[in-house]
Amino acid sequence: MSDEVVLKTRDLTKHYGGVHALQGANFEIKKGEHIAIMGDNGAGKSTFVRQITGVEQRTRGDVWLYGEEVNFAGPLDAREAGIETVFQTLALADDLDVPDNLFLGREMTFWNWLGPFRFLDYKGMRKATIEGLEKTAVKIPNIRNSIRNMSGGQRQCVAIARTATFHSRLTIMDEPTAALGVQETAQVENIIRTLKEAGEPLILVSHNMRQVMDLVDRIVVFRRGRICANLRTEDTNGQDVVAYITGAKTQEGYEDAA
Amino acid sequence: MSDTSHGTGGLTFDKSKRSWPNEMNVLFALIIIIVVFEILGQALPYMKDQSFLFDTRGRFDSIFNEARLKIIILQVAIIGIIALGVTQVIITAGIDLSSGPLVAATAMIAMSFGQTELVNGNPNPKAIFGPWAMDLPVIFPVVIGLTFGAAIGAINGTFVAYFRIPPFIATLGMFLICRGIALWWSAGRPVSFPTESYKFIGSGMMPVVWFLSLAVLFHVILRYTIYGKHTYAIGSNEEAARMSGINVRRHKVMVYMIASMLAAFAGVVLSAKASTAQAGMGEFYELFAIAMAVIGGISLTGGRGSIIGTVLGAMVLGVIRSGFTFIKLDGSYQLMAMGSIIIAAVILDQYRQRSRA
Repeated sequence: MSDEVVLKTRDLTKHYGGVHALQGANFEIKKGEHIAIMGDNGAGKSTFVRQITGVEQRTRGDVWLYGEEVNFAGPLDAREAGIETVFQTLALADDLDVPDNLFLGREMTFWNWLGPFRFLDYKGMRKATIEGLEKTAVKIPNIRNSIRNMSGGQRQCVAIARTATFHSRLTIMDEPTAALGVQETAQVENIIRTLKEAGEPLILVSHNMRQVMDLVDRIVVFRRGRICANLRTEDTNGQDVVAYITGAKTQEGYEDAA
Repeated sequence: MSDTSHGTGGLTFDKSKRSWPNEMNVLFALIIIIVVFEILGQALPYMKDQSFLFDTRGRFDSIFNEARLKIIILQVAIIGIIALGVTQVIITAGIDLSSGPLVAATAMIAMSFGQTELVNGNPNPKAIFGPWAMDLPVIFPVVIGLTFGAAIGAINGTFVAYFRIPPFIATLGMFLICRGIALWWSAGRPVSFPTESYKFIGSGMMPVVWFLSLAVLFHVILRYTIYGKHTYAIGSNEEAARMSGINVRRHKVMVYMIASMLAAFAGVVLSAKASTAQAGMGEFYELFAIAMAVIGGISLTGGRGSIIGTVLGAMVLGVIRSGFTFIKLDGSYQLMAMGSIIIAAVILDQYRQRSRA
């Protein structure tokens, strides 16, 4: 794990009118680190993710990606800067196959002068898909099978494989296994371990304590819109984290959390 | 080939689900219907052993009754052009009910710019405009017709995509508006006597030429271009398409514009073929076009289907129409039969979908 800072936020704040959904978030993730964001409902986790992925515009605060200050006008900008997000409800089209889904919105094409009628480079996309799947150790016997015929875990793995195909610089996963069964969750967690071995940074939003304790290096706890704890996994346990989430405990230095 | 669980979990790949494209079913249906009419030709006493498809009297070089084949496809070519556009709209999980009246309105408008000044030496009794609009190069009425279609399509698309009006309602409203435009254009009088070059567009087998060339073009577009891929993506999961950065709203407007332009072109071809344009033309065309698509395996929920299916669906309708004429059965039975087949096609499609899941 190097010391290079991948993403840093300072005083990140988001108000929805009178509602202070996120207040003064100071966050940092280094290359190769896996950090879990935890907190109760309404604590500000999803709001935080939305600000850093450009889905919404922040009210106040600064964000740096690999040392450069960034201001994403929309989710596409974040994607282009190398931030890939995997959502709980998948952004996959059922009737399309794996390469189609992987490249949705950024297809490889030729004869680009044809504009919207430019031709798809199927061969190139298939090749890149297989490379991406291999990198994330996702096993799919036939990538031309439509997504509809795949299990939930397989589909989530396809969504994660996007991060490898597009050389993302930071992966964010928002409750990736919330809708999955036990075996499928194990599938996805294996892929996450592959990312860790490859030294890819990851921000994981999760409610699953067992998963968090198994997978990540650090746990950042949100409460009532503020960060109230920044813990190393090895220094803590499930009960401890729950105490931070509910407010029974607050870490030193984070006393201004509600 | 079955890949059972090993570490990262396995995907059991059911080969049978892949190797049977929907279009094969339509082809089978087509063959079955032809066989049925063939049998009826032999079995029905008043038919006196006529063959539906084959050339039993040695009139043609091939074994097929070429005259009948030509009529089959000619009858459905014009509506087939409309169906090519409606197919794309349905793939985006939308619908377009305005095609029929659009055909009529475009026919009226385009023909008005395609008229010839002198008819048998006398001035054109059905002239809409003055001499400045007479004997124009055929490109004028065609472009004007297509532009009108594009405008209507843009309005449809804007209502559906930007104002989020359900496609059924938006295009139903346009259905009525276009019928009104067709009636208003020349106060109900037909527009007639086109130039020779205008007539050529719809002459002989030209409608079939247009239909098949456009079918090939759009098959390529839907399968091999960005526009096609995004069309399927939007129909399959609009939210996913949006999150992937596709401009869904602009794309939908494009799709509706293309559909309306195809319907407009069908109007030009129809009026060229008939050498006249009347406000009442195109009755039921939108429904037949949708029927062709549905029979051809296009799913009304979007995301699935192909141009090949639509062409086969058009052939099915053509064969039915021709077949009923062949066994000299009343036209009213035709409508009942077509309606039943459409329902059967949708039931089959739903059954297939459920057995996949």
